[in-house]
Amino acid sequence: MSNVALRVEGLGKKYRIGTHQPYNRLSEAMTGLGKSVISLPHKMINKSKAIPQNAAPSENEFWALKDINFEVKEGDVVGIIGRNGAGKSTLLKILSRITEPTQGRFGVRGRISSLLEVGTGFHPELTGRENIYLSGSVLGMTRAEIKSHFDEIVDFSGVEKFLDTPVKRYSSGMQVRLGFAVAAHLKSEILIIDEVLAVGDIEFQKKCMGKMSDVAHGGRTILFVSHNMAAISRLCNKAILIKEGNMVLSDTTENAIKCYLNVNEEASSNELIWDKGSNYPGNDDVQITKFGISNTGMNSNQISIDFPVQFSINYRLNHSGMCLSSGIVLSNMNGEIVLTSANRHSASIAEDKYFNIPLETGDYIATCNIPANLLNANQYYAIARIYQDITNVIAETPPISFNVTDSGSMRKEFLGEWAGIIRPRLDWETRVVC
Amino acid sequence: MSDEIPVSSPAEREHGSISQELPLNGSSTLNDPSEMTYYGRRSVWQSINPGEIWRYRNLIWQFALRDLKVRYRQTVIGALWAIIQPVVTMLVFGLLFSSLDGKPTRSGVPYAITSLCGLIPWQFFGASVIAATQSISSNAQLVQKVYFPKILLPLSALLPPLVDMGIASCVLICLMFWFGVVPNLAVITMPIILLALFLTTLACSFWLSSINAIYRDVQYVVPFIISIGLLISPVTYELPAVAERMSPAIKFIYCLNPFANLLMATRWAILGTPFPDILPMLASFLLMGGIFVGGVIYFGKTERVFADRV
Repeated sequence: MSNVALRVEGLGKKYRIGTHQPYNRLSEAMTGLGKSVISLPHKMINKSKAIPQNAAPSENEFWALKDINFEVKEGDVVGIIGRNGAGKSTLLKILSRITEPTQGRFGVRGRISSLLEVGTGFHPELTGRENIYLSGSVLGMTRAEIKSHFDEIVDFSGVEKFLDTPVKRYSSGMQVRLGFAVAAHLKSEILIIDEVLAVGDIEFQKKCMGKMSDVAHGGRTILFVSHNMAAISRLCNKAILIKEGNMVLSDTTENAIKCYLNVNEEASSNELIWDKGSNYPGNDDVQITKFGISNTGMNSNQISIDFPVQFSINYRLNHSGMCLSSGIVLSNMNGEIVLTSANRHSASIAEDKYFNIPLETGDYIATCNIPANLLNANQYYAIARIYQDITNVIAETPPISFNVTDSGSMRKEFLGEWAGIIRPRLDWETRVVC
Repeated sequence: MSDEIPVSSPAEREHGSISQELPLNGSSTLNDPSEMTYYGRRSVWQSINPGEIWRYRNLIWQFALRDLKVRYRQTVIGALWAIIQPVVTMLVFGLLFSSLDGKPTRSGVPYAITSLCGLIPWQFFGASVIAATQSISSNAQLVQKVYFPKILLPLSALLPPLVDMGIASCVLICLMFWFGVVPNLAVITMPIILLALFLTTLACSFWLSSINAIYRDVQYVVPFIISIGLLISPVTYELPAVAERMSPAIKFIYCLNPFANLLMATRWAILGTPFPDILPMLASFLLMGGIFVGGVIYFGKTERVFADRV
């Protein structure tokens, strides 16, 4: 029962970064070949001395993953969590054998299948029926397996009327449903799943979650990557936290999620400050120096529900002429995003005159207010972001947590808890109709 | 990211006693569920694993089926296109040669038949190589999202043109009945000649598809080479018709082209025309064998970076 299904040993993956990939064009390959021919006699003469071509770690190398070790027992459902760019997808790609590791190896007991997108292998010109066979084969099912599950797949997808229609005429929702239906019937011992649940309508997402938890409780080993902590905590019994290519923690789901959200628990103040020498969020051009929450109601990170919450982002620009915008992402304890906001003209109450115009070098502070009586009494996490040219995130802070506490001002008539992520005061009116 | 760093030094510190008993870095293909299979950096023979290719054979068929269906869907005459191409080429060259007063044949076999004997294998080769060249790059989405032996892609690119060749061969057989041409007894050697044709096609496919995965220049060059090849190989003419004016050295070089031999052998088997010269034929097949083995190895070596570089 407690056999090891997957063992990962010292896995690492190195990428070269920058636009210049070696030998991206044939002409470069040719000159490269020419050079190596020219240097061949030299190499032959110096055969005893190793030529330190790759000895020094060059600056444009980047370890997407480094020295990852963990074991997964049979029947475990393991969540892999971490922020964007932490290396989660790279890990999944290595484990599903799409790309090979630079270092280390992993052992697998049984068949391993990966589901990194919905509708893998679908061809728009082919009919639903043909695509079920094609996608199933691509995902590693045999013809007989597909045949025996064909009716289940069709049932689950709910597209039986359109089975002989080319998939290009399907709505995007139908394509997603069919794609998930094929994948959900994979029979391999180990399943690797990327955030495929983030698609489709709510109804189908629920159905997917149901199917996922059936699979998860059916004794199979599953690795599941998601940003949705609610899904992770519901499905997984263990979780692995990855940060900047390193494994931080492999523990129960509860502890890993706590660790992921509360990266700054020890410094649970209401602001994060980066001094000189420490690691600024951002790059050489733009650095966030401070991210804080202030509230005129109560002190520190206890925020009264009756007062607005003010976020302030201090950043420094070392390179003039860049067009920047600022934003925040607010999530709740389950990792569900409550809101995202940015200082775009169309998304703010008054126009921010520094939004996306070329800026001089110097220090700036952007502030944002969340009105009073909007958030519910709960714990929230906020991160700040700086965007370049509106969409590129170039700096992102770790989350800062705060509690919105109920002053009781909205519970004069009723003492129970208000359900819901937010609890705004709304405009209510009752009239006599006749 | 292609060289450096030996496998699993940090791992051995962690799991020293366990990992020494296990096959290091090998994809032992045992399906025994109690056995753990290890994957690390792949060697060429792990990338090109005949057992694994056999297990994935259904996928070769599925890819081919997809390409066949997609090709003729939303066309009016469908598979008739497989016939039109060689027949029209045959007609154009026939008219060209007769209007120039040229004699493209020496055997006395009707031109339609002798030229189709060349055109059908040639068009199989051309279509396969063009499809195979783009097989990795046009399936980039798939290569980056799911694991399967990548060599299936150039392998499956061979099948739709094979179907076309089968359809076009029916036309050839009909024409032979029409003209009353009785095939030579040597026609029983056709399977061997076809095998040589497949291997030659695959040899080119492996090289071109793997290079094209990283350098897209190849896909622009290949159609050009195919159209030149149509003229410098005895496709629309018989070799003896041009060999008279060649010096022995030139003829030897000409016959190093594997298609000079393949097409002559095809005509020898079906029509009883002269068999190709043994020496240049052996030389050209040795060369082709080398290119084939080199192609497999090169494919296996570059396959590992397709997902990152395609």
